[in-house]
Amino acid sequence: MPEFWINMGPQHPMTHGLWNMKVKVDGETVTDAKPEIGYLHRGYEKIMEVREFQKNVVLTDRLCYVSSITWSHAYCLAVEKMMGIETPERGQWIRVVALELQRIASHLMWLAAYGPDLGLLTGLLWALRERELFLDLIQLMSGARMNQNYPRVGGVRNDLPDNFEAMCRRSIEHFLEKVDNEYQRVFQESKVFHMRTEGVGKISAAEAINWGVTGPNLRACGVNVDLRRLDPYEVYEEIDFEPQVWHDGGAGDSYARFVCRFNELRESCQIILQALEKMPKTGPYRVKAPRRAEGEGYAKTEDSRGEALFYVIGDGDDRPYRVKIRSPVFCTMAATPIMLRGNKLADSVAILGSVDVCVGEMDK
Amino acid sequence: MSAPLIPNLFGVCEVLVLAIVWIIDQILYALAGLIPPLTGLAQWFDPVARRRLGMGPLGSELLIVLVTWLIAVTIIVIWATLINLLTMMWVERKFYSRLQDRYGIMISIWSLPFWPFNRAHRPTHRGTGYLQNIADGVKLLQKENITPRNADSAMFHISPVLIASSTLMIFAALPWSSGFYVANLDLGILFIFAAFSLAPLGILIAGWSANNKYTLVGGLRAAAMLMAYEIPMILSVIALVFFTGSLNPLTIVRQQDRPLVSFGALSIPAWYVFSPQILGFIVFSVSMMAEMERIPFDIPEAEAELVEGWTTEYSGMRFGLVFGFKWLRMIAGAALIAILYLGGWSGPVFVTLSVGGVPVPIVPEEAWFLLKIYLISIVFIWISWSVPRVRIDQILNIGWKKLIPYSLGAIIIAAAAIASGLWSVG
Amino acid sequence: MSAVVTSSPSITGRSVPGAEKEVLAQLKVAFGSKLKDAKIVRERLVEIVIDRAELVPVCTYLKDTLGFEHLSCVTAVDWKDHFESIYHIENYYNGCMVQVNAQIPYDDPKIATLTGLWHAADFLEREMWDLMGVEYTGHPNLTRILLPEDFKFHPLRKEFAQEVDRQYITRRKLRGGK
Repeated sequence: MPEFWINMGPQHPMTHGLWNMKVKVDGETVTDAKPEIGYLHRGYEKIMEVREFQKNVVLTDRLCYVSSITWSHAYCLAVEKMMGIETPERGQWIRVVALELQRIASHLMWLAAYGPDLGLLTGLLWALRERELFLDLIQLMSGARMNQNYPRVGGVRNDLPDNFEAMCRRSIEHFLEKVDNEYQRVFQESKVFHMRTEGVGKISAAEAINWGVTGPNLRACGVNVDLRRLDPYEVYEEIDFEPQVWHDGGAGDSYARFVCRFNELRESCQIILQALEKMPKTGPYRVKAPRRAEGEGYAKTEDSRGEALFYVIGDGDDRPYRVKIRSPVFCTMAATPIMLRGNKLADSVAILGSVDVCVGEMDK
Repeated sequence: MSAPLIPNLFGVCEVLVLAIVWIIDQILYALAGLIPPLTGLAQWFDPVARRRLGMGPLGSELLIVLVTWLIAVTIIVIWATLINLLTMMWVERKFYSRLQDRYGIMISIWSLPFWPFNRAHRPTHRGTGYLQNIADGVKLLQKENITPRNADSAMFHISPVLIASSTLMIFAALPWSSGFYVANLDLGILFIFAAFSLAPLGILIAGWSANNKYTLVGGLRAAAMLMAYEIPMILSVIALVFFTGSLNPLTIVRQQDRPLVSFGALSIPAWYVFSPQILGFIVFSVSMMAEMERIPFDIPEAEAELVEGWTTEYSGMRFGLVFGFKWLRMIAGAALIAILYLGGWSGPVFVTLSVGGVPVPIVPEEAWFLLKIYLISIVFIWISWSVPRVRIDQILNIGWKKLIPYSLGAIIIAAAAIASGLWSVG
Repeated sequence: MSAVVTSSPSITGRSVPGAEKEVLAQLKVAFGSKLKDAKIVRERLVEIVIDRAELVPVCTYLKDTLGFEHLSCVTAVDWKDHFESIYHIENYYNGCMVQVNAQIPYDDPKIATLTGLWHAADFLEREMWDLMGVEYTGHPNLTRILLPEDFKFHPLRKEFAQEVDRQYITRRKLRGGK
């Protein structure tokens, strides 16, 4: 049988969103791959140029609906850098809590999607079940489950509710128990899971850096880069946490990526607990931001999927002159053909699932 | 030692047919008063008149035999599809929903709009969910049947029929108890395997004829995988034949219906799973799981990468046939495991009632058999919803490099057990 | 070998304080007057402005000598009289980031590609060509990536029509303001 191209997308169970991975297969082996993206391009960078600074937060929320707060926060941080203002300390701590809650919710969504990718539908429902806990916490904090519009230029929209800390601790305690027992058993201790993920989708550390792979995908290659540690923003400097890096052999495969993300669930819980501990109990959570600003500001943050970079230029008006969004998935997508080549067709799902694609931010 | 509820399906059907014929005959006699030529026909049907005229018994007439067979087959088909298939689907959907911490299907008789006993405060979607599969079937019947423009139309339409009919063929030779069966074949097990292995041909035809890359890859995967798993399955049955000396399911079950070891009142039955056949049992069960295309081995329709595999292009009830009949194959597979290794319908009977002189066992053989089938199926369902899907090369590795050597080993062990006199044939 | 790389040969995951000063000093030594502007914006961020002709030498020096191995972002900006192609290049060894602003004349929007140095530039430059119309000469596959193949415009340019007036009535406008 000659080699032929198969469209994995745009309407396909593998593509969690609207994009197309064209794979060339020889029998069952993938010999080449070509990502085709742009189905969801909404022209955010252009739209943001006619909206006021604060009103753009609504848009950045929708960059990736799974991970809204982290994206809005990156944008707010860039605008704050441009305006030269700084969030009050309590605001920064609240942001850290919000960011980590959102990171857990996002990683759980990834875990949920990774289960059916491998044919494990039970994983989907279990992960979504626990994601509800964190969406409830986020709702308690911001008033909305998704697209929260919570970070503000200069702080956050509102203070934490009274009972937030107790609720947070209770949910995290319950969640850690589930992670250690149920998830651990159904994913990591399953032999079939190891068979499916180990040794597939390999990418070396040098190649990953050169192709611009960031975040958990890069840490899975054994590169100790976590922007919360390398270039600390907010109050991450004061928090004691361990960036999840894969140190053992077989780095850069799907299993390493899985383990890095999976362990980040636990690590984020620890960060939240610490933040609740160290947070000043009272104080302002927001400063007044100027309406107009001139100059340029950039902020790079550790998004759930990698390095999110916002570059904002203001020309003295109340709207940005130019906004540039650097999406981690966009750059990782360029490297996926390397991961796919030489693997089996069924592996393409195990690989692309472990990369954690979010089409909204990829296509902007 | 249990007894069947239906001692002889053909006999029951014959009684049924003769009763109907008697009613028709009375009508014919009544009509013959008006139309005299009908008297001959009425006498042909009348057993008393037949005896007087020197004709043989009515039951031996070809027409009556044919009708009786037709009714017997219909009863088995309805029993298998309308009752057991629906129940099995319901059990699976309810069971894996509970594994996943949710209620699962809930459409029941309370959800029907014309059900008269609904109370205003009762939520209509909080039932047991048994009617959900029927609702799905009705939905599929209403849907349009789409044939892709570039598909090979004849082949595309033949393959669901081939799959469905070959699956139903299994039940012609599959007994449900020592009396509840259509045909008692000496080579029944062989016939069942032959019917089982027709479906991969249908899958291959479906994959090729739809002219779609997903279905093509799915069809080729099915061909590669089912071949790799049919061989160890047959080999492990060959190991079993060393012990049974027969391929007749009734004989095989009768052999297992005795105690192996007794501890006072309790005894371990002489099921073949407790014999040196244990290796063959494992190989057979794993291969059967692949034959059913359940999740660790469901690569022909791996929905994550192949959309829906070889069933991608089917729609409407044609999809319903190829999709729903997987459960029928699961019932057949579980029944085979029960017959070959787990004692089939043998089991203790506690009390036998006497209804009008006819002994009716309180726990009949059919009940034991159904219990075993559903328990085996639940184990399969449990496995398939707790593990991810295995990749095609790994599946073939397991099939060719593990299961075939194991099944050959099972043959050697069985032969050695017979040769050394550890176990006697039959 | 530079002092920056030898002082931190492995990626420790922590930034090196004061690395930006060292980077700036080394860049000034290596390129001197070719840098139109060079300054430390804030901690761990150096900004340099160069002409487009200097882009490849500067970036090669950054990558090969100073260990800036990660090309994070490529931004093209339409300043109405000229274009700017802005590169954010990151050093994983000391956490320092260099922002390279390469200036491009408006009537000839072309600049050399960086795909030879970083594969990451492949998609990033394609995106910028797609949206801004800056041609990265030497790029192996400079085609549309986000927009359809037959799209005629480069929408992020300021001349591309967009409803610049606010699409909503502000309080200021209601009070009779601008």
